Amino acid sequence: MFGAGGGTSSYREIETAELIVLWGSNARETHPIFFHHVLKGVRNGARLIVIDPRRTSSARWADLWLGLEVGSDIALANGIAHEIIHAGLAREDFVRRATAGFDDYRRCVEAYPAERAEQLTGIPAGVIREVALAYARAARAQICWTLGITEHHNAVDNVLALINLALLTGHVGREGSGLNPLRGQNNVQGGGDMGAIPNRLPGFQDVEDVELRAPFEAAWDCVIPPRRGLHLSQMFDAMERGELTSLYVVGENPAESEADQHRALRLLGGLQHLVVQDIFLTRTCQLADVVLPATASWCEGEGTVTNSERRVQRVRKAVEPPPGARDDLEIVAQLAGRLGRPWGYGSAEKVWAELRGLSPMHRGMTYPRLEALDGIQWPCPSEDHPGTPTLHTRLWAEPRGGPPAPFSEVEHEPPVDELTPDFPIRLTTGRRLDSFNTGVQSSRYASPLRRGESIDLHPEDATRLGVAEGDRVRVVSRRGALEAPVRLDPGLRPGLAFMTLHFPDEVPTNVLTIDAYDPKSGTAEFKATAIRVEPLAEPATT
Amino acid sequence: MDVKLSGATASDVERAAVATVLGPEPPQAGRVVRAGRAQREQRHLLLPALHALQDGVGWVSRGAVDHLAERLGVAPAEIYGVASFYHLLATEPQPALAVHVCDDVACRAAGAGALLGQLGEAVQRSACLGLCDRGSAALVRRSGPPAERIDVAVAPVTALQVAGFLGGEAPPELAAADIPPPQAGKPGLRLLRRAAGEVITTVDDYEAAGGLAALRRALEQGPDWVLAEVKAAALVGRGGAAFPTARKWEAVLRAPSRPHYAVCNADESETGTFKDRVLLERDAFAVLESLAIAGFATGSEHGFLYVRDEYPLARARLQAAIEALRQAGWLGAAVGGPGFAFDVELRRGAGAYICGEETALFNSIEGRRGEPRNKPPFPVESGLFGQPTAVNNVETLVAVLEALRVGGSASTKLFCVSGAVVRPGVYEVELGTTLQALIELAGGLQPGRRLQAVLLGGAAGSLVGPSRLDLELSFEAARAAGLSLGSGAVVVLDESLDLSEVVLRIARFFREESCGQCVPCRVGTVRQEEALRRLFSGRPLGSREDELVRLSDVAEVMRDASICGLGQTAAIAVQSALRGLS
Repeated sequence: MFGAGGGTSSYREIETAELIVLWGSNARETHPIFFHHVLKGVRNGARLIVIDPRRTSSARWADLWLGLEVGSDIALANGIAHEIIHAGLAREDFVRRATAGFDDYRRCVEAYPAERAEQLTGIPAGVIREVALAYARAARAQICWTLGITEHHNAVDNVLALINLALLTGHVGREGSGLNPLRGQNNVQGGGDMGAIPNRLPGFQDVEDVELRAPFEAAWDCVIPPRRGLHLSQMFDAMERGELTSLYVVGENPAESEADQHRALRLLGGLQHLVVQDIFLTRTCQLADVVLPATASWCEGEGTVTNSERRVQRVRKAVEPPPGARDDLEIVAQLAGRLGRPWGYGSAEKVWAELRGLSPMHRGMTYPRLEALDGIQWPCPSEDHPGTPTLHTRLWAEPRGGPPAPFSEVEHEPPVDELTPDFPIRLTTGRRLDSFNTGVQSSRYASPLRRGESIDLHPEDATRLGVAEGDRVRVVSRRGALEAPVRLDPGLRPGLAFMTLHFPDEVPTNVLTIDAYDPKSGTAEFKATAIRVEPLAEPATT
Repeated sequence: MDVKLSGATASDVERAAVATVLGPEPPQAGRVVRAGRAQREQRHLLLPALHALQDGVGWVSRGAVDHLAERLGVAPAEIYGVASFYHLLATEPQPALAVHVCDDVACRAAGAGALLGQLGEAVQRSACLGLCDRGSAALVRRSGPPAERIDVAVAPVTALQVAGFLGGEAPPELAAADIPPPQAGKPGLRLLRRAAGEVITTVDDYEAAGGLAALRRALEQGPDWVLAEVKAAALVGRGGAAFPTARKWEAVLRAPSRPHYAVCNADESETGTFKDRVLLERDAFAVLESLAIAGFATGSEHGFLYVRDEYPLARARLQAAIEALRQAGWLGAAVGGPGFAFDVELRRGAGAYICGEETALFNSIEGRRGEPRNKPPFPVESGLFGQPTAVNNVETLVAVLEALRVGGSASTKLFCVSGAVVRPGVYEVELGTTLQALIELAGGLQPGRRLQAVLLGGAAGSLVGPSRLDLELSFEAARAAGLSLGSGAVVVLDESLDLSEVVLRIARFFREESCGQCVPCRVGTVRQEEALRRLFSGRPLGSREDELVRLSDVAEVMRDASICGLGQTAAIAVQSALRGLS
């Protein structure tokens, strides 16, 4: 945010916050290690507010849970902003000195009094006001979010709506207050930082900026395409149009993880050439022309990872890889050599040294320093810099450093997949503690918590449908249908259903989901599908 | 909260019982749920909720455990751990009517052995019920809807009576067993001044008897005046540890962390001890007035009065007194006028000797197993709910009132004389009175009886032989003699008693009451009882001397390595007896 793609706070700051808002995050199950920091904060006296359509296990820890309507996050955020402004609790000094665009923002949220926000979100106006006052008045407040915010067709707007709240109240750039997207894997942050996203070069530098591009072109002795590339959803669109005919997939299983799975399988199957590099023979591997067996980067190779608090940490080789598996770096470098560009990287540290030369925010992070300091939080521009626990303190500096942080006008937009009498139930998807994504890594291990896939329904819905716990039902969306057993969850509400994507071989949940995606982030709207549930007359004979 | 439930469900009656303590059940779904801290902060109501279940349903079922787990956000195992900790809570179904008959040392010394022999398995045998001045004692309880409930202590009780209760006869009224202490009408009483007279039931009568003068004066003069007066009285705690009261209060007053708590430890469970019961039953207003003064002098706004569950009459009178004082403005948001807010909450124990240990008592109030905490930190720094806490015994509090009333040193003390004397009861005597004189004050031994030993200070005290009747009963003299006045229990044992049975009963008492938290005590109390049984039955492991050495080793380990007073004192009486026997 404000030009840097990372959470603004350290984990430690979560432990000393006065108020922690988990928004669209079931961190108890999906970020269990991070949640320990939340629990420490709670133990230290923090108030915990969880905003999630489902009363999840995270919500059960909360002092206050808001079960908003799926996809109404912007309405809620704008409603909260409206109440903060009208209560005179906007942090005016901060807004004046550190931000831009406040007047337009104020006009925008003026249309979201708590009563209207209540209509859109289902949350009583009084509770919206209460949350507004609690957030504005807290000495140190954190907003943390995950895919409940970003797996929507308007993901970026959702994030901007949360950033607006922090700017309005000055809850950013200060020790203890912040905005923190929680990353789903140990190195999602690092992948983005290294430029594995369509519009950025390593060090989060804009590929379309000629001045930022120049040092890379000089170092690599090549011309870098001056325009951003395609993100994942756009790639599938390009496959559909026949423009993209070859794909090199590294450590991803799109055949099962993409929304609208029927379409994803059709397009992957129709490619002229598919190369997949993975540590497991995934479903996507099975479609591939060439499979490149890779080593497990966390224990069979050297390198670094970067976590959600922007801390770059060393990874060391602990065990020998199985025969035939090769380090990702070796595979990529050999591929480059065969393509006529011998890179000559001998080691991960050499790659890192090059990165430090090209990425100002990593410049001070030598391997010995990473070792000595137990990792360093970026930015760390020089070798005498300790790293940056709290991001954007420049906004509070006198005079302010850098450009002002802009407010964004964002409007409520309901989910794309509309509820109609034919498709009356809102299905939202997510994850459970015992499993990881499509189960490539976790399904090989038994867990006492694992109970297989189900469609979770509110008991009232089940009664109306005449089905009981364990009954198999047919679940139909506009794109596909599947069968699954019913599980009753009183933490849902009537009209809201839940499934995971953990067991694609048994229940391919993503045949139901919609691939409508946010043009700005490329993330599909996994969180909001319209379905109907049909009881099966006879028990399935499987 | 991550709560894994067994799937057992609570009945409507159980849910309703819990709701009387925790309030109506909040919604668990919909759009907005408030839980978290609001839920966890009710944890301290766990023991009252378990009482509501025990009183209403007769036991704590697995469904009720799960229900409490959900309501409080606590794992069912923890709830079960608390419920199963206490003798007076059942975790298996039991008949609605339960009769607990005391089989402890004092009642046996008064002849309860024959009664117990007649009753056999029909009743539950209980440790000391604190009715030692009236011989055989029983606690009669019936669970069910409020109109059907019974909770009354009966003493003296006969086998015929108990059989009647079990057959459905109603026990006598709660107050039937209430008699004034033997010194009633005698001049010069200080601590027993009011307790020896008519029981006071209204604030007006209490004021007419000189009550509330000390609290008024304290509010005028300020906390430092109170501390100075208590210090001048050289008052030390009367619960057994003899710690200077003024030092304790001053430490709490000056502690920077807020809030502070003032706690009255009325979990009088020491064998042969009943002085606090007499004060609680017959001078409830004074205990509360003094607790308010303690609150004032320690900067506390909230007081707790933790009364052992075996004292139903004391609880009833205290609750009535609390309500009367609240109505009269002597407890609540403005005590005796604006400027000092202080209220008192009455908490029931549930049958656990260890909860008389101050940190175990805190855990019990907080809704945890009554296991003592490691010290330091001491309660003055980190006590109830981790906050600075002044915890005082009942007699200490009443002694504070006397110190503020007349000044000068706190020179009298209460002793609980029971067993084979003519007039058992609570006696107030000058510190330094000899044991002989005290026994004579109680009328001496009953005709035809000869003294064998005195259990001084209760189960945690020592067995003293007839040769030491010249012992002066003062903290200093007792210490010099290697003894302790402890709680002031003086159980007079005559020669008709088999002393080995007394020793075994004490050993069993500690084995049953050990909380099991630390190894020296958990294992030591078991090994001690086993060795004594072998020894007394003439089947020692190895020689008799081997057993004595073994017992001495166990005693040393318990004394040196247990974390609380229970384990540290669990071998004193046994060893004193063995020294006499050997």
